[in-house]
This record gives sequence, structure tokens and C-alpha cells, in this order.
Amino acid sequence: MSSPSITAAGDLRRLVGRDLRRELRVLDGLIVNTALPVMIMLMFVYVFGGAITTGSSGLDYIDFVVPAVLLMSGGYGAALTAVTIAEDMTGGMIDRFRTLPISGWVVPAGHVVASVIRNVASSAIALAAALLLGFRPDATLTDWALVLALVTGYVLAMSALAAVWGLLVRSSQAAGAFSFVVLFLPYVSDGIVPAQTMPGLLRDFAYNQPLTPIIETMRSLLLGLPMGSSAAVATAWLAGAVVVCVPVAAVLFRRRTASR
Amino acid sequence: MNVIHSTPFTDAILARGLTKSFGGTRVLSGIDLTVPTGSLLALLGPNGSGKTTTVRILTTLLPPDGGTATVAGHDVTRAGPQVRRAIGLTSQQATVDPLLTGRENLELFAGLCHLGRRQARRRAAELLERFGLDGAADRRAGTYSGGMRRRLDLAASMVSAPRILFLDEPTTGLDPRSRAGLWSVIRELLASGTTILLTTQYLEEADHLADRVVVIDGGRVVADDSPAALKRQVGSERLALRPANPADLPRAGATLPAAHLDPGSGELTLALQGPDHLRHTLDLLHGAGIPIERVELRTPTMDDVFFELTTVAA
Repeated sequence: MSSPSITAAGDLRRLVGRDLRRELRVLDGLIVNTALPVMIMLMFVYVFGGAITTGSSGLDYIDFVVPAVLLMSGGYGAALTAVTIAEDMTGGMIDRFRTLPISGWVVPAGHVVASVIRNVASSAIALAAALLLGFRPDATLTDWALVLALVTGYVLAMSALAAVWGLLVRSSQAAGAFSFVVLFLPYVSDGIVPAQTMPGLLRDFAYNQPLTPIIETMRSLLLGLPMGSSAAVATAWLAGAVVVCVPVAAVLFRRRTASR
Repeated sequence: MNVIHSTPFTDAILARGLTKSFGGTRVLSGIDLTVPTGSLLALLGPNGSGKTTTVRILTTLLPPDGGTATVAGHDVTRAGPQVRRAIGLTSQQATVDPLLTGRENLELFAGLCHLGRRQARRRAAELLERFGLDGAADRRAGTYSGGMRRRLDLAASMVSAPRILFLDEPTTGLDPRSRAGLWSVIRELLASGTTILLTTQYLEEADHLADRVVVIDGGRVVADDSPAALKRQVGSERLALRPANPADLPRAGATLPAAHLDPGSGELTLALQGPDHLRHTLDLLHGAGIPIERVELRTPTMDDVFFELTTVAA
């Protein structure tokens, strides 16, 4: 008998494999993960791009908007983690998993890990589209590694939040509602239009919500701009979300599986 | 191994006084069950009688409020992991992934039972053949018919080669042919030494498969007997009689004290013990001067079973 942690890692790998395989078989999933990022990028650069000025930053719009689009591309798919978890929890699958000799937590964890793999790949597709459309970053290898870490951290935090939501609701339809939050959050940030153009209340929200520091940090890294305190604030938000969501998800999972 | 099982258990499943309430509603009020190793026990009851709750407690999915249960010699509340290693469960809902093929489902579950990759592949192929699914092995489970999906569910429960199998209404909603197919699979599993507890709403199913039948109603055991003894009580067939004049119904009831009167349909029904009993019954009614408009033979329904069992107990 191998050690419990090696066994759990193997179980997690099998469940991640299941999730990725499922994803390739659902047309919506494929579209969300491949076509959607490209379409969002095209829309912002060509449809809105001509009409939006980037204010005092003086950047080309494509350079301005790429960080937000990378997050949108990964975030939408991450939000759908709530749906896949709710489907497992409300159908018979969870009974099957629970009568197998595995730790229950690997079931939601498998969905979260698969979501990170899938959605970081979606962000990469969006980035490739941006480069084709004329995005010219000025970043060192270290900068790229940090950008990857930020995108991964964002997708992980969103997937973990989605997992909490998916364990909280009692149907996969209700679980789908979480996508709206993730879809609209970037609009009220400094990522798509400069927040300084927004009316007072929205501007305050935009400056103080987590996406603005994440986007500003990514911009600094990608374009070689000076970085203020945004990196520290971004890291705090992401780490905080993961540190809060993981134990909450664990408690919810235990409650859900104990009371039925 | 022999240290752990120094006292070999002869009962694979043993439950005493199981109780469970949900939000103040009592679902189980003291269920006792004994399933000897290698036998099949049918838990027979209508919807809402507590069958599924009992199965969920015995498979460690739900803690009981009171009472004790051991499965494969392990206490279900204190030794969940050991119990889970010994059992397989096919619950009423689909417990396979509809987006994966039959083969992929079985290989996934085999992997999660910690079989090696090659071993898992072999086990999946073996089960697909055994359950007659080799032709559909590489189709997505979501495209399977009801009968095929149940067989895949059953195969998934057998991946770990459990000694004890729980089947929660395995044939509900299946057409007669799929049901017969599933019955023969269940009989084979029993013949190969698996202990089985199955729940059903069908008396016929319990009669076909079970060594022993426990009838539950309202969270209580109302009968615990062999199928033969139960059938003797209920009658393998029900005789339904309708007096030509509905006003004769009470008088007919007085003539046949074992009959159940249904003023709604204007009928009285009783367990039929054979051809002589039929003639005798008609003779009695004729002697009492009650003309009969219609005579019908029926297979007993769950209602008939409960009528017989509750009146016998009363």
C-alpha cells in the first residue's frame, strides 16, 4: 500500500483527466475555451478599440486592453467550474465517488485543477490572438513568468470561488449564475476603459476591486512600465481568495455529503 | 488478515433498530435486517417506505440517528473506509458519467479503486463482456438505453469485486425484457458468491431473486420471511369479484371474511390459493344468493401485500 498522499495525488490526476476529457466532448466547453478568447480579443481591438481613448496613459488600445482580455478569457471558463461541481453533487455521481476508497475532497479539487489547466490555456490562446493583431509587449522572461503566475492565480481564485458557489447551490442552473459575476467584473475595472472616465461611485469601485491591481500589474510587466503598489495588492487579493475559499469549500463539501 | 477477522462473520449485513428522521419527520422507526453471507435479501416497500434511506445508512452515505449496523463485520458509523472497501452500490440515479464511454467510465472507477493501468483496462473489458456491453463499450454512456445504463451502473459497482452489493431499485422503469436481462445478471452475481441486498417495489422481483424478503412500510418492518411463505400469505394470485348489485358488497364481505372490500370500485379482492379455492368461493357466494357480474384474476400488487400483511398483524 502506497502512502495516502501518493494515493490521493493519483486519484486527483484521474479525476482531472476525466474532467479534461469531458471538456473536449462538449461543444460549449470547446467554444468557451478556444473560440471565445479569440472573439473577445477581436471585439475589443476592432469593435470598441477605435472609439476608446486610453486617457493619460497614452497607450495603444490593444496594449491597454490585453491584460483584461486575458483575465476575461480564463475567468469565464473558471466560473463554469461551479456548474460541473453542481452536476456531480446533484446527480448520482457523488454517491459512486463516495463508495469508492478515495478521499471525498479530491472530487471538487479535481474540477478546480482541471479548470486551471483549461483556462490558463484559454488565456494563452487569447494572447496568441493579441500577438497576431499587433500586440507588441516589452517583457523579459521573468516578466512573462510573473504574468503566467498572475493569470494562473486569478483562474485558481475564480475556480475556487466557483467551487464554493457550486457546493452552495442545489442545481446546476443556479450554479451557472456565477458566470455573470465573473463576466461583468472586468468592465467595472481599469482594464477595458480607463477608470478615471467613470462617474464617482463606479470609479471608487473600479479602483478598489481586485481586478484593477491585477490588471495594472500585468500591464507593468508586459509593457515595461513602472510598477507601484499594485503587485502587492494583487497578490494579497488572490492569496486571500484562495486561503478563504479552500477551507470554506471543504466545510461545505463535508456538510453536503453528510446530510443527504 | 486472520487477525482482523478472528471471529468469522456469517452475516454479511446486520442491522438492529436503525432510526432516522429528516427535519422532524421520522423516516425509519427501528429497522432490523440480517443478510447471511452469500444470500440475496429483497427489501420490498412502496415509495417513501424508507428503502433508500436504509441503503444509504448501510453504505455509509448517511449516518443513522439510532441503532447499529455492521457490514462485512465493520460498523458503518465507526469504520466507514473498511465498509466501503467491501461493498458496491448501484443507486437509483445514474452513477456513471454520461460524457464518457462505457469503457472509460469503468477504467476511471477501476483506477480510483487503485488498480494498475493494465489491470484496470483488463477489469473494464472483462466487466463489459460479462454485462453484455462489449458492443457499446466505446459509445458514450449518455447514449445508452435504460437497461444498458443500469447494466453499466452495475458493472461500475463490480469494479472492485465487492463481496457485498447494494442495488437500490435496479429495475424500476425498465421494460420487461431489460428487467429479465438484469435479473439473470443478478442471479449470476449471487451464484458467484456475492451477498446482495436489493430494494424493489415489485413483489414479483423479490419472488424471483430473493432468499428472504423484508417488507417495510412507513419505516417499519412489517414482514420478514421467505418469498414462498410470503406468497402463501398473500396468494400468488388475487381474485377480484364484482357483485352485480353494488348493495350486495357488504353481504359478500360477510360471506368471505378474508376478502378486502373496495366500495370505490365495487369490488372485493382476496388471495387465491388454487382452483379449488376459486370454485369454493364462487359456491359460497352462490349459496348466499349474491350474483356476480365479473370475475378477474390479477397478480398481486404492493397494495394487496400491505393489505394482507397489516390485516394478519392486526
